[in-house]
Amino acid sequence: MKLKILHLYPKEMNLYGDHGNVLAIVKRCEWRGIKAEVIEHEPGDIIPNDIDIIFGGGGQDSNQNRIEDDLRKIGPKLKEFVEAGTPTLVICGLYQLFGNYFETGDGQRIEGTGILNLHTVAGNSRLIGNIVIDAPKFGEVVGYENHSGLTQLGEGLEAFGTVQKGFGNNGKDHAEGVRYKNCIGTYLHGPILPKNPKITDFLIQTALERQSKTDKIKLQKLDDRIENNAHSVATSRPQ
Amino acid sequence: MKKVSIILGKTVQKVSRLRGNGGSALPGLVVERTNPNFIKEVLGKLPYGVVVISGTNGKTTTTKIVTELLESQGLRVFTNKTGSNFVRGVISAILKNIRITGKFNYDIAVLELDEAHAVKFSEVAPIDYALLLNVQRDQLDRFGEIDHTAAYLQKVAAATKKTVVLNREDPRIGKITAKNVAYFGLSNELLKQFPSDDNLLSHDKVKASTKPALVKLETLSSEATYIIEKEKFTTPLKVKGIYNAYNAAGALAIVKTILPKSDNKALIDSLAKIESAFGRGEVFTINGAEVELLLVKNPSAFQLSLTSFVDNKHDYMIAINDAIADGRDVSWLWNVDFKKLPTVKVASGTRATDMALRLKYDDIKTEACIEDLKQALKTFTSNSEKPKRIFATYTAMLEIRKIISGKSLV
Repeated sequence: MKLKILHLYPKEMNLYGDHGNVLAIVKRCEWRGIKAEVIEHEPGDIIPNDIDIIFGGGGQDSNQNRIEDDLRKIGPKLKEFVEAGTPTLVICGLYQLFGNYFETGDGQRIEGTGILNLHTVAGNSRLIGNIVIDAPKFGEVVGYENHSGLTQLGEGLEAFGTVQKGFGNNGKDHAEGVRYKNCIGTYLHGPILPKNPKITDFLIQTALERQSKTDKIKLQKLDDRIENNAHSVATSRPQ
Repeated sequence: MKKVSIILGKTVQKVSRLRGNGGSALPGLVVERTNPNFIKEVLGKLPYGVVVISGTNGKTTTTKIVTELLESQGLRVFTNKTGSNFVRGVISAILKNIRITGKFNYDIAVLELDEAHAVKFSEVAPIDYALLLNVQRDQLDRFGEIDHTAAYLQKVAAATKKTVVLNREDPRIGKITAKNVAYFGLSNELLKQFPSDDNLLSHDKVKASTKPALVKLETLSSEATYIIEKEKFTTPLKVKGIYNAYNAAGALAIVKTILPKSDNKALIDSLAKIESAFGRGEVFTINGAEVELLLVKNPSAFQLSLTSFVDNKHDYMIAINDAIADGRDVSWLWNVDFKKLPTVKVASGTRATDMALRLKYDDIKTEACIEDLKQALKTFTSNSEKPKRIFATYTAMLEIRKIISGKSLV
């Protein structure tokens, strides 16, 4: 068994320890004897056809500018992957750019990839702090958010979860992130996966099921006491 | 006007001290409101002017080194102590040291200011020299993104009247422009040991900048070799760690800029005797065990500390707090590579569990996870077989110091 993980723009989109998410996927594969290969995609690279998991994080504005052209180029291919059900996790900057557009403070629209039917408008202040959400299938999910963009989901799209503590997509409708097929978009850093191993295992399990064309994969149980302790402490910290 | 401000400020200082609050901000606030030109009036008259030291990592120790090097050359140096590195703090420090007659017996001011406050300072007072160390990720929830921080330092450089000394190896600092610039630098070999913020986790193909360096740190083992104006000097150092040795190169460079005729050998001899600042490599003895306390504020500082201070001879404890001053967000721990560490005896602080989790994903075992720092220290120092090292975030470091100095362990 071997999984290929596509890491989008690890050099440019690497804020807030998001690389820890890739590490979490790789380690939880390794600990179960599953081989994991990380393919780092930088602008100009060609994406292989046999990708099992896609991950992309957030970056600061100047870095985001450097990847936008490439992202629009590979957008259609990424959309095919997502439509086909490839487990995908995009955070913050790339979550926004997976949407239709991002509207800046002076009303300019930066085109997104249109993979997800959502859009983001620049806000006046940063939404910062510890965040706890309740996500269908995963239960309580904990992370740290730090964004000024306000995201609105298009019609028919489901949120990733409901905000219990924190701001979420826009600080108003209690929605956090998006869940479309096997793609999760979210503002949760932290990084999200190490402290929420259920989501990591969902990505791994779905990838294995798609590869083996069955829905009967049972992942070996791991000792998650350290993960669970960190999770529960994080939920109790002030916002 | 100045005299009125001094009397007013000193009175407020006295009253607030009598009321048992050491608060350094209030007298500063009062003077700032009543006489906005106060700092300019006092510091503008110093014969050698004002030196500002800024950057993400190493400000405190570097300020101490610059201060002591200038003193070794016979200058009377006014400096702000840690914790008052903002404009009001500088005013309070002046008030404490100025005579009621307005006499301010110093030749030069050396001020440690963080990036945003350095800009504010440049708006109210003249800066003659600036030493800009680095721009690294630090508590992003406080400053925003690092390009903004670099832009702050560019403003400070533009406001500097005489010379700006820059770290040529820092991609953002190296690009800063000013009327007059001088650089300090590293050899290729040493640069490889420094994590760059753009590329914290893979970093072997880097080359040192080719900009001419006034002072260069050439090699570092048990002794450091500096090249000052093409002349080579090898010396032992009391400040520990590669980053302090490198910031000392910046300190030497700014001192050479201020006092071009100073004797290089004499400066090196003075440098050899200077010790690190508070909380930066302090050594304590607890229950017969030697305990070294190392401050880690952000990924690059932590990475450099691990480069300099990890071996098999010590036991390790890591204390991570998430108070505002530490940064509420602890995700930065995932930007540090811990693989060099042996088993960690104790993880502690409000985010002990996050630390243990981070270590697990680098295959490092944590023997005990004890959030309470006092309990953690007790466990950590329960045997004195090996000397010990503690990596601690800012508030954890303060708390540990308090526990140790209060000897409230037993």
